[in-house]
Amino acid sequence: MNNTDIVKQSLKKRYFKERLFKTMGMLSIVTAILFLLLLLTDIFTKAWPAFIQTRVELTVDLNEADLGIDAQSDEQAIMSADFRKPIRAALLNTFPEVTKRKQKRELYSLTSMGAEFQLRDMVIENPQLIGTQQTIQFMADDDVDAVIKGTIDRLLPESDRRVKNDKLGWIETLEASGQITTGFNWHFFAAGDSREPEMAGIKGAILGSLYTLLVTLALSFPVAVAAAIYLEEFAPKNRFIDFIEININNLAAVPSIVFGLLGLAVFINFFSMPRSAPIVGGIVLSLMTLPTIIIASRSAIKAVPPSLREAALGLGASKMQSVFHHVLPAALPGILTGTIIGMAQALGETAPLLMIGMVAFIVDIPQSVTDPSTVLPIQVFLWADSPERGFLEKTSAAIMVLLFFLIAMNAIAIYLRKKFEKKW
Amino acid sequence: MNEAVLNGLNEPTMKVQSNRETEDSLNIEYTDTVGQPLCDDPKISTRNVDVFYADNQAIHDVSLDIGAHQVIALIGPSGCGKSTYLRTLNRMNDTIDICRVKGQILLDGHDIYQKKQDPVLLRARVGMVFQKPNPFPKSIYDNVAYGPRIHGLTRNKAELDDLVEDSLIKAGLFQEVKDRLHAPGTGLSGGQQQRLCIARTIAVQPEVILMDEPASALDPIATAKIEELINELKENFTIVIVTHSMQQAARVSQRTAYFHMGRLIEVGETDQIFTNPSHELTEKYITGRFG
Ligand SMILES: Nc1ncnc2c1ncn2[C@@H]1O[C@H](COP(=O)(O)OP(=O)(O)O)[C@@H](O)[C@H]1O
Ligand SMILES: [Mg+2]
Repeated sequence: MNNTDIVKQSLKKRYFKERLFKTMGMLSIVTAILFLLLLLTDIFTKAWPAFIQTRVELTVDLNEADLGIDAQSDEQAIMSADFRKPIRAALLNTFPEVTKRKQKRELYSLTSMGAEFQLRDMVIENPQLIGTQQTIQFMADDDVDAVIKGTIDRLLPESDRRVKNDKLGWIETLEASGQITTGFNWHFFAAGDSREPEMAGIKGAILGSLYTLLVTLALSFPVAVAAAIYLEEFAPKNRFIDFIEININNLAAVPSIVFGLLGLAVFINFFSMPRSAPIVGGIVLSLMTLPTIIIASRSAIKAVPPSLREAALGLGASKMQSVFHHVLPAALPGILTGTIIGMAQALGETAPLLMIGMVAFIVDIPQSVTDPSTVLPIQVFLWADSPERGFLEKTSAAIMVLLFFLIAMNAIAIYLRKKFEKKW
Repeated sequence: MNEAVLNGLNEPTMKVQSNRETEDSLNIEYTDTVGQPLCDDPKISTRNVDVFYADNQAIHDVSLDIGAHQVIALIGPSGCGKSTYLRTLNRMNDTIDICRVKGQILLDGHDIYQKKQDPVLLRARVGMVFQKPNPFPKSIYDNVAYGPRIHGLTRNKAELDDLVEDSLIKAGLFQEVKDRLHAPGTGLSGGQQQRLCIARTIAVQPEVILMDEPASALDPIATAKIEELINELKENFTIVIVTHSMQQAARVSQRTAYFHMGRLIEVGETDQIFTNPSHELTEKYITGRFG
């Protein structure tokens, strides 16, 4: 047997192994994609109803006598007027057969509690409406919403059904007369949290996350980049610096809840900073993101070819100039990617923020970094914890919003990377 | 005299006739540098220079003068310390933490390692071109303009434009790039990149230019252009060039210094070194028996 034959024999085996490896690689990728798809379809199918709002169209009579205000009234007066009355009157008008008190209460619950605020806001915006009749699409109650979307099965026997026969009858009447409409749920993106599922919105959490991330970015980016530059380019090589390096790596491995405890003890209890505020959340998260950005920035700086530094130094640039004119721009894509990864981590972080009170139920939309607020992942947690059915879809919708922001951030990271990447 | 030296040294190396002569040559007693390491009109003079990387001594007791407005070539097998010695001349070694330099290095009679010498200022006077072309990832114009800008050599845009153009002309690159001064410097060919690096260096108007194997990464045509350029530049600059190509040393330099294992073995007129070397190690190297 000559060499060629020996090689030929072993070739077969080698190719087999290669094929085996390729197949296994492919299989793992397919599995990963399948799980991802499963997760996304599950979230998406559960979330879509949250983006659709059910409305009840009613013609309300905004007469001065009922409201106790007129077109000349100031905002203060309009705010305190009772806008429930015209809505209730409109409902009774539509269903004149309802007379018993208990039944009336049922009838009134066809529209959401938010309907009166909706009407109030319209009137504040345009006081000329007072004294006229208006046909308005009011936000429906979550039960109506559930019937329309099919999450409450109309065919169930009455005893097993949340919506009783009376109410179901009214809903079907309204449906038949075209007074029930659906449309994109802008309200979900324009409102804060609420106890009523149909009134609950994500804007408060989005802004809370935004403020928190802004604080995190403003604190951690400059500090981390400065630390990385110092450690890579200027620090002497000695035990003390080694010690610092080890501790930065340790910091990256500390469970995030520990940072929350630290935030509670130091910033809230000792420095008396406001509870539940993005400013404290941002500080706590920046402690967590710092090591991530430092480590990413250091490896980006390390990857800059030494020839670039030598070129600058050889021309008589100072160390500082060589770093800021050449090393930093070359390392920027890596630094930015690391920063965005750190920010994405911070966006999804829940545990430390629970510790500093960002888990509170907050209806008002935060106006600044010191206002109490919550963040997206905690909103998910809060809604997932609520018993009402309507919050189920809100939970998935909030997850979708969170995922959207994460994907957007990653897209920005890729874009920045492409934009600043230069070959040398 | 040559004969005598060779005869005296022949004996120990005759023992082994193998291709492992580098190790073999350790048997040769090191004496002082032979030839003429010193000259009358030195731009740089180095005396008893030792360089250490931590505990490892890379340069042993080198004394050498570098004459003004001429090209001196440093040759020798790889790892013999040519780059290390070259980098002591503009204190590029300062950037390596573990590197220590002992001895005296004078530029125009002033010690460049004294405390009050600023290495940044020194590097503006002693420029450097590296082995691998390393243009900045910026435009051709910005590459050349960088040095003048950081040193504030020009007062306005027009002056800077002139200086950039002038430097590119001197580096023999202007004709090739005049239409794309704002294209990235990294988009040029290897040889053009190296000439860009030379242009960038001369834009700072240094007195001395150090070149560490400037053509070793280039093809023969690009190499020929660089050599031609070095010949022109010596009118205005003092040039120290490290090369592993003896033909190149012969073509561009007036003096040649031969290094071996951190020691300066022989220095002389280039013609003499290549036709009639005094030291046995030099002879072995230039006849291609190791390196
Ligand atoms: N940065 C460094 N750190 C440690 N040792 C070095 C460093 N640079 C060079 N050396 C050592 O110094 C010696 C001379 O190297 P070098 O000057 O680069 O030689 P050449 O340029 O002649 O090939 C070699 O033994 C090399 O290992
Ligand atoms: Mg070298």
